[in-house]
Amino acid sequence: MSVLAYLAATLRIAVPYLLAAAGGVITERAGLIGLTLEGYMLGGAFCAVWATFVTGSPWIGAGAAVVGGAALALLYAVSSIRFRADQVVVGIAINLLAIGLTRFLLRLFFDSSSNSPRVGGFVVQGSGTGFGALMTNPLVWAGVLVVPGAAWLLYRTPFGLRVRAVGEHPAAAASVGVAVARVRYLAVALSGVLAGLGGAYLALDQHQFTDGMTAGRGFIALAATIFGRWDPARVALACLLFAAAETLQIRLQGTQALPSQLVEMLPYLLTIVALAGLVGRAVAPAALGKTTIE
Amino acid sequence: MMRVGDVPSPAEASPASDRASRRAALEEAVLPPVVALLVAAVVGDLLILSFGQSPGAVYRLLLEGTWGNAYGFGQVLYKATTLVFTGLAVGVGLRAGLFNIGAESQLAAGGFCAALAGLALPSGLPWLVCLPLYLVAAAAGGGVVGAIPGVLKARFGAHEVIVTIMLNFVVLALLGYLTSAHLHVPETLHTPPIRSGALPRVAGVLPAFHGSAANATLVLAIVTAAALGWLLFRTRRGFELRAVGLQPRAAEYAGVSVARITWQALTLSGAIAGLGGLNFVLGYKQYYEEGFATGAGFLGIAVALVGRSHPFGITVAALLFATLSQGGLAVNALVPKQMVDVLQAVVILAVATSVPEVRRLLRGATRSAER
Amino acid sequence: MRGIVKSFGTVQATRGAELEVARGEIHALVGENGAGKSTLVRVLAGMYAPNAGTVEVDGRDVTGWTTAGAIAAGVGMVHQHFMLVPTLTVAENVTLGAEPRRGLALDRAAAEREVRRLSEETGLDVPVGTRVAELSVGQAQRVEILKTLYRGARLVVLDEPTAVLSPPEVRELWRVLERLRDAGGTIVLITHKLDEVVEISDAITVMRAGRTVARMATHDATPQAIARAMVGRDVVLAADAAETRPPATDARPPMLEVRDLVVERAPGLLAVRGVSLAVAAGEILGVAGVEGNGQRELVEAIAGLRPATSGTIALGGRDLRALDVRRRGDAGISHVPEDRHERALVLDYSVAENLVLGQQHRFTRGAMLDGRRILAHARELIARYDIRPADPSLAVRALSGGNQQKVVVTRELARDFRVLLAAQPTRGVDVGAIEFIHARLRAARDEGKAVLLVSADLAELLALSDRIAVMYGGRFVATLPRGEASAEALGEYMTGVEHAA
Repeated sequence: MSVLAYLAATLRIAVPYLLAAAGGVITERAGLIGLTLEGYMLGGAFCAVWATFVTGSPWIGAGAAVVGGAALALLYAVSSIRFRADQVVVGIAINLLAIGLTRFLLRLFFDSSSNSPRVGGFVVQGSGTGFGALMTNPLVWAGVLVVPGAAWLLYRTPFGLRVRAVGEHPAAAASVGVAVARVRYLAVALSGVLAGLGGAYLALDQHQFTDGMTAGRGFIALAATIFGRWDPARVALACLLFAAAETLQIRLQGTQALPSQLVEMLPYLLTIVALAGLVGRAVAPAALGKTTIE
Repeated sequence: MMRVGDVPSPAEASPASDRASRRAALEEAVLPPVVALLVAAVVGDLLILSFGQSPGAVYRLLLEGTWGNAYGFGQVLYKATTLVFTGLAVGVGLRAGLFNIGAESQLAAGGFCAALAGLALPSGLPWLVCLPLYLVAAAAGGGVVGAIPGVLKARFGAHEVIVTIMLNFVVLALLGYLTSAHLHVPETLHTPPIRSGALPRVAGVLPAFHGSAANATLVLAIVTAAALGWLLFRTRRGFELRAVGLQPRAAEYAGVSVARITWQALTLSGAIAGLGGLNFVLGYKQYYEEGFATGAGFLGIAVALVGRSHPFGITVAALLFATLSQGGLAVNALVPKQMVDVLQAVVILAVATSVPEVRRLLRGATRSAER
Repeated sequence: MRGIVKSFGTVQATRGAELEVARGEIHALVGENGAGKSTLVRVLAGMYAPNAGTVEVDGRDVTGWTTAGAIAAGVGMVHQHFMLVPTLTVAENVTLGAEPRRGLALDRAAAEREVRRLSEETGLDVPVGTRVAELSVGQAQRVEILKTLYRGARLVVLDEPTAVLSPPEVRELWRVLERLRDAGGTIVLITHKLDEVVEISDAITVMRAGRTVARMATHDATPQAIARAMVGRDVVLAADAAETRPPATDARPPMLEVRDLVVERAPGLLAVRGVSLAVAAGEILGVAGVEGNGQRELVEAIAGLRPATSGTIALGGRDLRALDVRRRGDAGISHVPEDRHERALVLDYSVAENLVLGQQHRFTRGAMLDGRRILAHARELIARYDIRPADPSLAVRALSGGNQQKVVVTRELARDFRVLLAAQPTRGVDVGAIEFIHARLRAARDEGKAVLLVSADLAELLALSDRIAVMYGGRFVATLPRGEASAEALGEYMTGVEHAA
């Protein structure tokens, strides 16, 4: 197969990672753990399919995914910022809630316990697996543009500067009049929006919602966030690396040359190694996971 | 920012308030789960109403299908057994100030190692002879998986939450690879059956429980809970472990090595979760099957949280969550059993959110009462 | 500022403090630890609202304003603990919250230009594009000052700015402050160090125990006069002096002996720079000094809670360096740490459990803790030393500060020990508890224990110690026999006025 086709396949797999990991960078840079990306993606995927099913428009579907992801994110934000609940516990609860709610609504709306009916996605021009067809999907563009977008937001705007300040030293930010809670609410909501879009891409690409369809992709995005040391460009590279390995494994599936499980564990294994400081120390934002401003 | 030296000590209590403070401590422990259950009940009502059913009827059916008959109750006991182990695993970590999100893969690894041990044994040995080997195998399997984040935290300061999450995926993939590449029965996801040491079912003693999977692991769960309670609250090591969880700097002052407690607590946590694997592998199916642990690890977090990391509370909370799981099946004819998944998440969310709030309210009330 | 009263719970941090600062002067605010200086300036900066009193700036009553209001009115505060984000650059830290913009984006060029201009104008030399984490402490402090100036501050409050600086950095800071003053700015400077006060300030306000006790122009003042006002004349209690035994003779072999000890506060940052000391059995060696001069690190290194970079520590001739905290305890070290809530007690544990904390391995039956013995131990100590409420099962969190400290002192004195390290043993406790603790320390000395008493309270040191060493800048700058020590003399060593070796 051609290198170009391989790269196109990699990008296709990488899009949801890029979107969700961009959200991961923003939320973690603001000091809130990105455990919930998985839940936002799943919620986004469901909302996208449901809205597309009802209206017939994938654009409205993507909009619904944004709303769904942001709603779960706000629940996370209110619990951990306003009520100072433990972020890890709330994060797990949000993920379980996303699984439970999508299952329940699958039954309520579609009377199925496994999958929704097929819906139309974005109309793809052209055929084959090359870049041409891929790039007619607006969500692919979103995935490509989200990397420079997140970098611009974080490093070039006042909001990004404040995000970096509140995630590192909230008391210092507060002492010069930065509204720490408001910055955090916005950052978390934005991560919900982006991860929700990632879920929408996934669901519309497969033209249906299936139970638990994100299958850990939100955690791969979290792994990429950490492995990329919370920097948008490096995180994007991590996403592409993980996606490339996955593509390779799919290509080799028939040949038994590479057990799929060993490729599956790669992103997680690399992240653990990075956390242990064995290859370049991963130093998290200093206020990550802290509930109080001190 | 205030420094300790600048600021007077908080809450100068009068002698008369000591009974009040003890009552407040109890309220602090019990109130959040109660609040959570109330919230969950309200959400449950809404979900049931959205399906056009009557909440009263659904809840009645739920109770009948769980505590109302021996089979249902047996299933509740079976499910609670696994949750006691994962709940204790998470709870012992929390007592040491550590968050073990890895109970899921530790449970799977424990079951896998028990199955390996079982495949190595000749057939026909009585279960009492095999049991010690199984206990060691299961605890070792889970313990190794728990020791990894423990050592990485103690040695490199790697955050145990992220490491255990990531390790879940690594370990489950590894076990999946080992099973599918080397050990599985063709066309299935499980190993060949174990021929020795199946644990006796409850139904063998009480025939009414026929068909339910409740088995002798139940006794092991109760023994483990009691042993952990003894360890935490009666022994010197438990005293030191809880001190590390409450105030690591004070523990250090008291001559406790925080690093050592860290890896020991996470190893113990993993070993306890690993023991839970016996419930499925030896008590129910007699083989290891991929995915048997799914969900039990995360529910263990819910159980530990609602049970406030106390072995007794954990046992009660395990029964509660097992009742919900089994109850979901019982009411599936009226409302989707998936409703239960939502309720479990709501309970965790409500407990997590109300714990700091309740503490603030109660401590605030104590302070204003003294003025 | 007039009649400022600020209390936290039951403790009054200031009780009618006054501060009057003229425009265009450098005004020094001096006083011992806990005199209420920081509280007073935090009221000024809008961080605390006072319980009583008025604050006027430029003739306008601004009592009870907020931080934002203070910033807007040109009052800026440089905190003792820097409020800087280490991962951001100098320019980003300075402009945070009031960033220059170009459209939606940050105007980074303008930010750097502006900061560079301010930096050149004031002589506050900083590398504007560098991350704060890479700066020296002195540079970081300049960034803090720039932050206030960037926001238009005309009155800058500096809370102990020299505590963290090396001598050349201090001189550099003086030049900057003088330049600011000459440009019409007003400076309020909090410090303990009287040599600095005399060197830099135009006027001085002295606080003691929450009150303003003196106000003078610097050219009329001598360091000795300021020190007297700071510590007060009436500190040496006659009754205590009578109880003191004759000072230890040098002939006795030391029980605790420390030689050339060097300890780091953080990697590469020395806190103790070569301290040698010897305490004999039956002797109390007091260590005076303003906090932050290495006392905490000295005590923690002896107790085993902090590694010593070099030097030796010996107890009765036995080398302690290889022993961990518990083994040092078993070898005869007893330790009342200065940090009661974080270190000395597990607040959610019961009184009985806290009374064995650190000795839990001595109250066991097999693997188990011997609950009955722990309870009996607690009952005996509670009754003997009147800890209230007399309930061994009560969480120690519920006790008053004084009774919490009684638990700590009782525990450390009830164990089998030869050397007692007592750090700030009476801080934040009531008078009754202070008397109790002082009596216990004397009793320990009389039983032949060696006591190292670290305190910021000169009255306490003068009342209890046989000899008093003064720690300044990580070294012992003087060791005086009790007979020769006075609050005035110690105050001069503590504040760096006198530099004897």
